Amino acid sequence: MKSAHVSLPAWVSIGVAPLFNIALALLLSGLIILLIGENPIEAVKLIFVGAFGYDEAIGYTLYYTTNFIFTGLAVAVAFHANLFNIGGEGQAYIGGLGIGLAILAFDHALSFWLMLPLMLCAGALFGAAWAFIPAWAQAYRGSHIVITTIMFNFIAAALLVYLLVNVLVEPGNMSPETRSFADSAHLPFMHEVFGWFGIAVTRSPLNVSILWALICCVGVWFYLWRTRWGYALRTVGHSERAAVYAGIRPQRVIVVTLCLSGALAGFVGINELAGVQHRLLLNFTAGYGFTGIAVSLMGRNHPLGIVLASLLFGILYQGGAELAFEMPAITREMVVTIQGLVILFSGALAYMSEPWLARVYTLAALGFAQTRQTRET
Amino acid sequence: MAEWYTLVLLTLDAALRVATPLILCAMAGLLSERSGIIDIGLEGKLLAGAFVAGTVAAVTGSAWLALLTAVVVSGLLSLLHGFACITHRGNQVVSGLAINIIVSGLTVVLGIAWFARGGQTPSLDAAARFMPIEFPLAETLRAVPLLGPVYAEVISGHNLLVYAALASVPVVYWLVYKTRFGLRLRAVGESPQAVDTAGISVAWLRYRAVLLCGLLCGVAGTYLSIAQNAAFARDMSAGQGYIALAAMIFGKWRPLPAMGACLMFGLLDAIAIRLQGVEIEGFGEVPVQLIQALPYVMTVVLLAGFIGKAVAPRAIGIPYVKER
Repeated sequence: MKSAHVSLPAWVSIGVAPLFNIALALLLSGLIILLIGENPIEAVKLIFVGAFGYDEAIGYTLYYTTNFIFTGLAVAVAFHANLFNIGGEGQAYIGGLGIGLAILAFDHALSFWLMLPLMLCAGALFGAAWAFIPAWAQAYRGSHIVITTIMFNFIAAALLVYLLVNVLVEPGNMSPETRSFADSAHLPFMHEVFGWFGIAVTRSPLNVSILWALICCVGVWFYLWRTRWGYALRTVGHSERAAVYAGIRPQRVIVVTLCLSGALAGFVGINELAGVQHRLLLNFTAGYGFTGIAVSLMGRNHPLGIVLASLLFGILYQGGAELAFEMPAITREMVVTIQGLVILFSGALAYMSEPWLARVYTLAALGFAQTRQTRET
Repeated sequence: MAEWYTLVLLTLDAALRVATPLILCAMAGLLSERSGIIDIGLEGKLLAGAFVAGTVAAVTGSAWLALLTAVVVSGLLSLLHGFACITHRGNQVVSGLAINIIVSGLTVVLGIAWFARGGQTPSLDAAARFMPIEFPLAETLRAVPLLGPVYAEVISGHNLLVYAALASVPVVYWLVYKTRFGLRLRAVGESPQAVDTAGISVAWLRYRAVLLCGLLCGVAGTYLSIAQNAAFARDMSAGQGYIALAAMIFGKWRPLPAMGACLMFGLLDAIAIRLQGVEIEGFGEVPVQLIQALPYVMTVVLLAGFIGKAVAPRAIGIPYVKER
């Protein structure tokens, strides 16, 4: 790069540059829709109507959002320690296994208020355990976290197929899934919660997990920026050597961070299994772990940004389903494509726009200074 | 001929067919990673190659044209990866992942929009595919004890791309270890500063490496959709790009051991398929899924330093910034 680095003010690099990158991704998505022979503006309209048009749709949108908040936070926590946890998918899967096992073991014996902490602990513990091995290998054995977490995604998938087909399957059930959970392990749906207060809302899969997701956002924010562990985590992320000089042990921070990341991913099972499906089944993670990467990159690894990015992807998922219904030429996988483009432009090509923006900014600043000068003289 | 002997040969034959795309992708990944560019986008380029080959073969009926376009498209994806990682110094893992996700979505979107068959391309007749090649005298020599069936079952009767994959290994070996380009390629993966000081362009070397990587992935994709199968099916790469990546690491970034790992992983897969539903006395049914997970488990164990030491090229994953 020939041009000297121009330092942009914070509002440009935090506010304008990410929006510019996302706009590029969406523009390209629009071109793909044009290529298929449909009208992109019509498609955007359908997506928004599909995501917000009626209260059931809003429920679905927020239900998807819940999953993305969990996986997005998982990726972001690791990113702050300069670690790339690509294994959110596997950690969510194993976290769900833990939740399922805990429920199957205790749902007839315990009441809801005992089941709730048990389910949360089981999800966090199993998710963290699945992240622990790659974390330990990264910290103490020098193997690369990206490769090991990719491998662990596949191992988790194979393990779940094996367990569900051979061990956990409900006898007599044709598809590989467990028996239904008892009522004590069902999280209340939001339409039920609103019902308690006398507000009628149409039935949707949205359940109280979304409140837990928001609590996790606050918790992650507090942990990262208001505790000494979070300080150590971010120090390791900036420079491991500086961390060592400051008396921080990077190995330990790496392991703790990735376990935390895995635990957050494990909560996907709370929303999916205890909230909606009420049984353990295959492929309930449905790629949410990978979407978490796009969410985290788009939200600049900050909980607030992650909530906004999760909402956008919730809109795309729910609206995309409606779009596929209205425009048969476009399928739901269009959303996956958009997700990939977002990762490309706000992740891999994040710095591409900076020289352009810097040029525009310096020109604008120069012009502004000149007009002021002429006015003064 | 003893029945078990035929069974072994058939399994080896299947292993070779499974290993073919793995070998091509592993060689592709090796070229890229030896130059210092991580490539987890093998999976995406493989899938893109398969889709393009399946589409072009269905529309034009020409297998060779399909191969050519698949190679071009896969090469373009590689250049995109290069553009992000070399020119703009982006995160290489993020870029590779982006390519994988874009391709996994786009192949289904375009497949359904163009053919309306749930993501599948129309099935091809023999003229539009790479068909098995019978070696001379294969049937005559089958009668020869022991070696005859090996020649007839395992060596003969594959399609051209299987032999191309096997040939790619010595070619990559020669390219990496015996040519000036290869020497520079290895150097740029270990110490780009040294290469730059010698007056050689780091970026140009790396661009050539990722381009070659893309070309090989395109061949592998073509194999999937128009040689091994008669059409493209959605998500047909099914993680094989990642297995190839694992095999390349298992081979410690060297061509011959990487090929060995591909063949071993292929063999595991062939055995797993053969053991599906088989009961072993005193043990019960063989857990096929666990055999299929073995390549991943072994790679993790290797990376943790329990089977020898796998050392990646030193400069891998680090964007090169010229000193001022």
